[in-house]
Amino acid sequence: MPATTLTNSYDAAFVAEVRRESEQNLALCYQCGNCTAGCPVSFAYDFPVNQIMYLVQTGRKMEALTSHAIWLCASCETCTTRCPNDIDVARVMDVLRHMARRENLVAEHSIHAFWNSFLSSVERYGRVFELGLMASYIGKTGRVLTDADLAPVALRKGKLTFKPHDIHGVAEVRDIFKRYREHRS
Amino acid sequence: MSRRYAYYPGCSGQGTSREYDSSTRAMCQELGFELIDIPDWNCCGSTPAHAVDHLLSASLVARNLAIAEDMDVEGIVTPCPSCLKNLKTSQHRMLRPEFHQEVQRVLGRAVRADLPIKSVLQVLVEDRGIGWIAQQATAPLTGLKVVPYYGCIMNRPPDVMRFDDPENPMALDNLLTAIGAEVLPFALKTDCCGASLGTTRRDVVARLSGRVLDAAAAAGADAIVTACPLCQMNLDMRQAQINKANGSSHRLPVFYYSQLIMLATGQQGERVGLDKLCVSPFSLLESLGPQAGEVRS
Ligand code: SF4
Ligand code: SF4
Repeated sequence: MPATTLTNSYDAAFVAEVRRESEQNLALCYQCGNCTAGCPVSFAYDFPVNQIMYLVQTGRKMEALTSHAIWLCASCETCTTRCPNDIDVARVMDVLRHMARRENLVAEHSIHAFWNSFLSSVERYGRVFELGLMASYIGKTGRVLTDADLAPVALRKGKLTFKPHDIHGVAEVRDIFKRYREHRS
Repeated sequence: MSRRYAYYPGCSGQGTSREYDSSTRAMCQELGFELIDIPDWNCCGSTPAHAVDHLLSASLVARNLAIAEDMDVEGIVTPCPSCLKNLKTSQHRMLRPEFHQEVQRVLGRAVRADLPIKSVLQVLVEDRGIGWIAQQATAPLTGLKVVPYYGCIMNRPPDVMRFDDPENPMALDNLLTAIGAEVLPFALKTDCCGASLGTTRRDVVARLSGRVLDAAAAAGADAIVTACPLCQMNLDMRQAQINKANGSSHRLPVFYYSQLIMLATGQQGERVGLDKLCVSPFSLLESLGPQAGEVRS
């Protein structure tokens, strides 16, 4: 990690915000490394999860929010299960993603695009429509070949539907998205 | 006595894991559970919703809970651990009155969020018992060597999921033993397969799922048995992708436990959905001999 620069000075408001949104007492972390030892995606992280916790404790907002790790986290809950101080570490990772998204600091664009496509499918139909989801994801990222090799298999097994599974109450689901956006703005 | 539950199928049950849905429904019918679909249920938002915002995630969940609260049932069940985690986590967070209020405002209706929510696996084990299920296994799967793969979130986080041991769960081990399979010890039973990164980061998935396949083969298993549609899809449909990325040559069938329970209780046919598995299990099942499961394609 680089020595002191402007971006890694202590940001007290950031620490308070993570604490409030995650409802976790971050000061309890004593850097034992248990979370990292069990983290399956650690090999692909730029900062292992215990270091993310350290960045949060020390108020280094930009490094935490622009990390790739927070997007690669698979939400497997192993860290939360094994933290000796009962910190819900996976929830902290979730909250950091929420903040990075709100502040336009997303480091992993394809993962972000996939989640947006997924949620648009839910908003539009009430359920996920896989084919539409893939089309929208490809549209957003240009990654045409993503999983193209799976399509013939899925098709042969009758696992791809061409019709969205829309629900009667789709207006209710859209209203949930609408009121959620109003609430957050 | 039949038990009545509201059933939350989850989106993958309509597509990539339709054989999990159909074999679960059939298994429950055989074992005396009445599953009533939550009418007009919506997607719980899965990982994308909780990764984007916990209020949005809980509100999508809450519409389903509210509908189920008008049903005459003793609780909600779902076969999918990812849906289960979302449903239970949202309910758990709604214990905080302020958050509960916020969710009701976004949902636009009242929700109590107090119905018990369980996996189908949990009610099977708790309501019926392993001993009773063993008695139903009239066509035991003798000679079938399997490893049980629970995936990462079936039992985690423990204070929300409240079922089985988070580090060494045994429900599937016990169930599979009860229906006559030989269950091998499997150190990776709760390791993550990387499913949530399936489409976006195949390199990560090839490594994580590859490890699970390698370990299953090294343990001497003929097949992997899972209770998670995301794990199953990753290990089965992506098995060729993973082999290619890792230079391996696995041909391991990946069953849903519900399919094996159907076979062991003498049920066959379309509802079991063995033909939906990408790595075909038929030659393996035929090699077990005539008593075991009596399988034909
Ligand atoms: S396991 Fe808990 S205490 Fe240990 S480093 Fe991780 S967050 Fe900190
Ligand atoms: S939840 Fe995320 S950070 Fe925690 S162990 Fe799993 S992948 Fe790693």
